[in-house]
Amino acid sequence: MNALVAAAKKEGQLNVITLPSNWANYGTIMADFTKTYGIHITDANPEGSSQDELNAIAQLKGQSRAPDVVDVGGAFAATGATDGDFAPYQVQTWSDIPAAAKESTGLYYADYGGYVAIGYDPSKVKTPPTSFKSLLNPIYKNQVAIDGNPTQTGSAFAAVYAAALANGGSFANIAPGVSYFKQLHSVGNFVPVEGTPATVQSGQTPILIWWDYLLNSEVKSVVKDFKIVIPTDAQYAGYYYQAISKTAPDPAAARLWEEFLYSAEGQNLFLEGSTRPIELSSLVSAGTVNKPAYDALPAVPGASTTLQLPTTAQQTAAGTVLSQQWPSVTS
Amino acid sequence: MTQTEEVETTLGPVTGPRVARARSAGRSMAKLVGVVPFAVYVALGLIIPMIVVAIDAFRNPNTGAFTFTNVNIATHGVYATGIRESLILSVLASVIPGIFGALIAYAIFTAKRGAFLRQVVITASGVFANFGGVPLAFLFIASFGSSALVTGWLNDLGFNIYNAGFSLYTLSGVTLVYMYFQIPLMVLVILPALEGLRPAWREAAENLGARTWQYWRYVGGPVLMPSFLGCVLLLFGSALSAYATAEALTAGTIPLTSIQIASFLNGNVIAGQQNVGKALGLGMVVIIAIVMVFYVLLQRRAAKWLR
Amino acid sequence: MVALTKAINSNREDPDRKRANARKRFPVWRWVILLIAGVYFLLPLWAALRFAGIRAFGTVFVQPGFWPAIWLSTRLAIMTTLITLALMVPTAVYVHLRVPAMRRLLESITILPIVIPPVVLAVGVLQVSPGSLKATPWLLGLVYVVLAMPFAYRAIDAGLRALDLKTLTEASSSLGAGWSTTLWRVLLPNLRTALLSSTVLIVALVLGEFTIASLDLYVTFPVWIVQFDQLNANMSVAASIFALVLTWLFLMLIVTFGTRQSRRTGGGAVTLFTVARAETKGN
Repeated sequence: MNALVAAAKKEGQLNVITLPSNWANYGTIMADFTKTYGIHITDANPEGSSQDELNAIAQLKGQSRAPDVVDVGGAFAATGATDGDFAPYQVQTWSDIPAAAKESTGLYYADYGGYVAIGYDPSKVKTPPTSFKSLLNPIYKNQVAIDGNPTQTGSAFAAVYAAALANGGSFANIAPGVSYFKQLHSVGNFVPVEGTPATVQSGQTPILIWWDYLLNSEVKSVVKDFKIVIPTDAQYAGYYYQAISKTAPDPAAARLWEEFLYSAEGQNLFLEGSTRPIELSSLVSAGTVNKPAYDALPAVPGASTTLQLPTTAQQTAAGTVLSQQWPSVTS
Repeated sequence: MTQTEEVETTLGPVTGPRVARARSAGRSMAKLVGVVPFAVYVALGLIIPMIVVAIDAFRNPNTGAFTFTNVNIATHGVYATGIRESLILSVLASVIPGIFGALIAYAIFTAKRGAFLRQVVITASGVFANFGGVPLAFLFIASFGSSALVTGWLNDLGFNIYNAGFSLYTLSGVTLVYMYFQIPLMVLVILPALEGLRPAWREAAENLGARTWQYWRYVGGPVLMPSFLGCVLLLFGSALSAYATAEALTAGTIPLTSIQIASFLNGNVIAGQQNVGKALGLGMVVIIAIVMVFYVLLQRRAAKWLR
Repeated sequence: MVALTKAINSNREDPDRKRANARKRFPVWRWVILLIAGVYFLLPLWAALRFAGIRAFGTVFVQPGFWPAIWLSTRLAIMTTLITLALMVPTAVYVHLRVPAMRRLLESITILPIVIPPVVLAVGVLQVSPGSLKATPWLLGLVYVVLAMPFAYRAIDAGLRALDLKTLTEASSSLGAGWSTTLWRVLLPNLRTALLSSTVLIVALVLGEFTIASLDLYVTFPVWIVQFDQLNANMSVAASIFALVLTWLFLMLIVTFGTRQSRRTGGGAVTLFTVARAETKGN
């Protein structure tokens, strides 16, 4: 570990990509890393997508600007691994990461995640919604939105998946999710725009279905008394994955970054961003968890203790079905 | 050119027909020398990248083997619908702003003391022509959304546009929003063409007793029509490739090719299918090639009709 | 001939014609159009401003990265404008004069960049560019020239159509001017509106282009605005409107500077006499 720190400090630079500063507390995480190790971090394209990250690895290969590490959605982690973009690495706390959340040889591993949640502005929404089913109530006319195009945006995709789970679907069957939104639209509740903190704040979309941690860090900060609930009829958790680029210009710094993220300190920083860090259960049992942050997480109704995530194959199939059927929601 | 030809005729043909043919072929090649810099630039900056994308459209992303799968996917189902919807949107969002833009350009162009007005409109057009995406969508959601400013005003006046069937989140709504950058674009590209309308012609026509519509039918129209059509074509292309605004407004509920391409090439959901995105991109080039053919035919017809 | 004169005279006496002429000096329709346009463009801006609040604007200047982003975009704008005009004006003039048959082809080629979604073009360009070029932001400038081509060509082409190009160039060469003198001292002054329109379009394009810059991982002004966006909903709207205003001020500078430099050739016909006089006067 000391050798790693020394080598990383010698490199002095870390290139990360698509990490918004108010997403999962990355702003503080990056600042703390720099403060602790003196390594300067360059965050390219903070608003980019997972595909942008893989593209950047391929297109900037050999340049000092190329990304060292990536934080991508599950399907992209799998693709990157197949394409040979990643270098295997197992952090010191490797055993604390559940088996379902990592690639066995260490090519990619989950870092943090959250649940699909319903956020609402109580000043405009008098009757609190509690589930997907409750959102069908006509009193929510023109109020409900998701945060974008589910064939493009991971959180919107998750929202439809969650709706599927709430309506008799499964990881293998996302179609009921599409029919749910079609129904939501026909009763007049669904607003087909890309919901953002701005649209909530301006009153255009007082109810927004998004990741619980983003509702907290991005919407709650601008909308007074904003409430976040995890739907009682579907608890869909989504995680993001870390990976180190095989052609990273700063390999030691990259590995040090991973060690930092998976240390108790790093995982607690994720927790303070209202996400559920992947090693949460280990932190709780070891007593190293940040208790106030942990208690502030939205309650998960009836959650099972084992982590259930759709497989890459299921996600791909769901994506294809969604591409074909999503336009039928408003037609 | 004229001088060379003159020299030829005064001296008489120097040698036989074969050399003359070769010389004229040489001359036609020499004629093209002026376009070489442009051709090189276009080849490097546009043609080659597009060829690379076109080749990828026919390759399997994992194995690199030749395949028609991508093109197959790109031309069926929701992607075929996307092409249709994109074309409809692009026609609406090019012809309507084309007409408005031309009117506005004419309005400021003919203002006698309007130098400052012209400057303001030109610069404002430049700014708005490139304004789009999420901020533009927000502007309209905040004014014409279901619980927004203008909607509220109209409601107070007793006229509920949403009950009457209007929705910002449909093709017509998207067209309304697209006009925000299409109209300024039209103003900017047609303004230089208006210089071709000499006031002297207008005065002459009036002196000969022509009414306004006659002036336009016989003088103004024919002069402007080629430029006008060219500018509408430009608007068509612009509407076809725009996606951020429509995406923010409709979140993919209207299938549009540009949004679908983005889902494949830089999205967060569908992984490993970039080549379908490239196939769609290739499709757009094919579409515009077809449109160009119609455009050329239209130009010829317009010239004939207006003669 | 008599009939014609009679017709013209009777038209002149016609009270309707007098009224129509009077109306022409005060055309109502022009103000109606501009009013409708003004409402359409300013109303949504005002709705957004109402939401954002004026206070949000002050904070934009002091954010880190603001000035470097503006500086990068400015350099790219200058580079793109110069290269685009240097490339397109001679080419357009040459084609108009020497190979008019190629005009259609040129038009077709120049429309391609606008039809191809920026994402696709970016992916293609990044795939084929040499590493050394990719490591600098100047690749962006070169790509922007391709993006600017459709607009620049249309404006220049329209401007050329409005001129009697053949007569101008023949007059110029008969007075002893070479190719470059003709281009620089005869054609360019006559293409003032076209050049101005093109410059405005190109600069606005560079100051507003987001997709390719962000994919190439460079922080230009529009990229910076979107990054700044994220912090706050009010801020994001304020930032976008701020970007609009800043771009507009930039353009006003260019246009005012350009117009002051110009000698108006007016809307009247350019005669050989005028050209000759300009030539002998020594500009």
